[in-house]
Amino acid sequence: MPTFNWIYTAIFIAVLVGAVLNTVAYLILAERKIAAWVQDRLGPNRVGPWGLLQPIVDGGKMFLKEDVIPAHVDKVFFLLAPMVAFGTAMLAIAVVPVGHTVPPPLPMVSVNPPAYNAPDTPVQRFEAMQKGYADQFSFAIAPGLDIGILYVFAVGSLAVYGVILAGWSANNKYALIGSLRSSAQIISYEIPLGMSILGVVLLAGSLNPERIVANQIDGGMWNVFYMPLAFLLFLTSVFAECNRLPFDLPESEQELVGGYHTEYSSLKLGMLLLAEYAHMITTSFLMSCLFFGGWHLPGLTTTNDSALYGPWGTAIIHAAVLAAKMFCFIALFMVVRWTIPRFRFDQLMSLAWKVMIPLALLNLVCVLLILQFGWPWWSMTVASVVLFVLAGAWGVWSGGNVTAPKRKVRKLPPGLPAGVV
Amino acid sequence: MTALVVCLLVFVTVGAMLLSANLVVGWFVRPDKPTAEKGEAYECGEEPVGPAWVQFDLRFYVVALLFVIFDVEIAFFFPWAVVFGSANQLADPSLSEPQRVEIANRLTPGQLRLPDAAAAQAFAQFAFFEMLVFFAILLVGFAYLWKRGDLEWVRSLESHEPVSVAETARVPHVESEVV
Repeated sequence: MPTFNWIYTAIFIAVLVGAVLNTVAYLILAERKIAAWVQDRLGPNRVGPWGLLQPIVDGGKMFLKEDVIPAHVDKVFFLLAPMVAFGTAMLAIAVVPVGHTVPPPLPMVSVNPPAYNAPDTPVQRFEAMQKGYADQFSFAIAPGLDIGILYVFAVGSLAVYGVILAGWSANNKYALIGSLRSSAQIISYEIPLGMSILGVVLLAGSLNPERIVANQIDGGMWNVFYMPLAFLLFLTSVFAECNRLPFDLPESEQELVGGYHTEYSSLKLGMLLLAEYAHMITTSFLMSCLFFGGWHLPGLTTTNDSALYGPWGTAIIHAAVLAAKMFCFIALFMVVRWTIPRFRFDQLMSLAWKVMIPLALLNLVCVLLILQFGWPWWSMTVASVVLFVLAGAWGVWSGGNVTAPKRKVRKLPPGLPAGVV
Repeated sequence: MTALVVCLLVFVTVGAMLLSANLVVGWFVRPDKPTAEKGEAYECGEEPVGPAWVQFDLRFYVVALLFVIFDVEIAFFFPWAVVFGSANQLADPSLSEPQRVEIANRLTPGQLRLPDAAAAQAFAQFAFFEMLVFFAILLVGFAYLWKRGDLEWVRSLESHEPVSVAETARVPHVESEVV
């Protein structure tokens, strides 16, 4: 355990929360600018140079708008829902490394325990290691949590409560349908999300994200090269978990107005939107740490950075590399939004249950077999690619195409629109 | 109470304070002019028919049940993955003594005996076969769900639709299994 220092922790929390909130504000601007660029328009450019002050004005507007609480809502849950959504999104970021961290030293095994005060016993070596660990600063709010990944999943599952409470308490049909869809989607994609990460845990032998990063840096190889399929499954599940296009059915504007936040206004709406973007930031950090080697960048960082750049230089370089990776994922989120159209709900559910869960299971079995029989590392990559190709081939073979699907379709008599019997 | 718990508690408190400060300050600043129209449910200008607290589709409930089953199973996977991963690393006979000690700690913290490569190999093998049995049970369950049609979304919708007698005669096969 690191020695707990009130001042450092409080400052770090303030800086991190402030950074996340400001990043979210500017991500919304970036999203609008990228949307404008994709659609060949200008985007927001009136407030400040290139519209750079737009987020501040938007925030002020959210703050000053009237907070309408309709008469028909369930007041307690209506007030609670945005806080639950925002709280769970922020809690998940507590264990995610946002810069340089070192995994905590493990408790020592002593083969033949000598007397306690003998020189250089394992106990004393362990105490020295502990002290060295406690003296350095970790870029995570709760550093050294050994169940880190499990914690992120547990808190991530709680995020469903925010959505379902918001939708149900609003007593609005759009909101209810949106929240039902959203909860079904989030819980369905939670399973491939967990399974795809298990391969990484198998490789590192630990649930601590810091140790998983350290494992990749020691090996000099990012996990994404070992298991590209697991990364693909993880990425897809994250899109669904964050309700981003092509999985944004919970708030599909064309049919459900705003989904579960239809009845919200003012700062409570702002908190629900903020929670979604904060979720995106957390998952992007997680993807960079679990699959892309954290702050490891060949050519820039080595195993003894602190000797090369000094403590401050190391901290800055590592945080910058990690942030750059994180922003790459955010940019991917935003570009995909304008690239792939929305799924239908039955497609969404069958993608989760019939494609991603079997694939994640098979991928896990492959990693298991390769580790058990000690096959070379590249066999994992080959297995991933083979599984991916087989799944694609099976999908093409079993699904037919749009005009001639192989599944049973009930043909209606000609001339009647669907639903009229 | 460890330092870690204190860290998390401080984080929760700071977060709660930040949220409530925003809400309370905004409460003083923003206008408050409720009208009857603002209090109505928003349904694109239509008068809402009845409350929204109606019975929802059973399919959402089925998905929730499936999630509980599979999520519990993932919760079993996580500790196993840590144990199996560590035991497998330990089974590599070319490891140096300090590396061996470090991994052994991860596997069973605080134990006094250092397992050799053969013991770790046997342990990993045990975890391997145990998990294969678990997988087999899981796959049988999954295949059963798939066969029963619980994983299909549209199919259960069909069983909800009224089908006229004339149409049943015209369409050769209508699946109507109750979910």
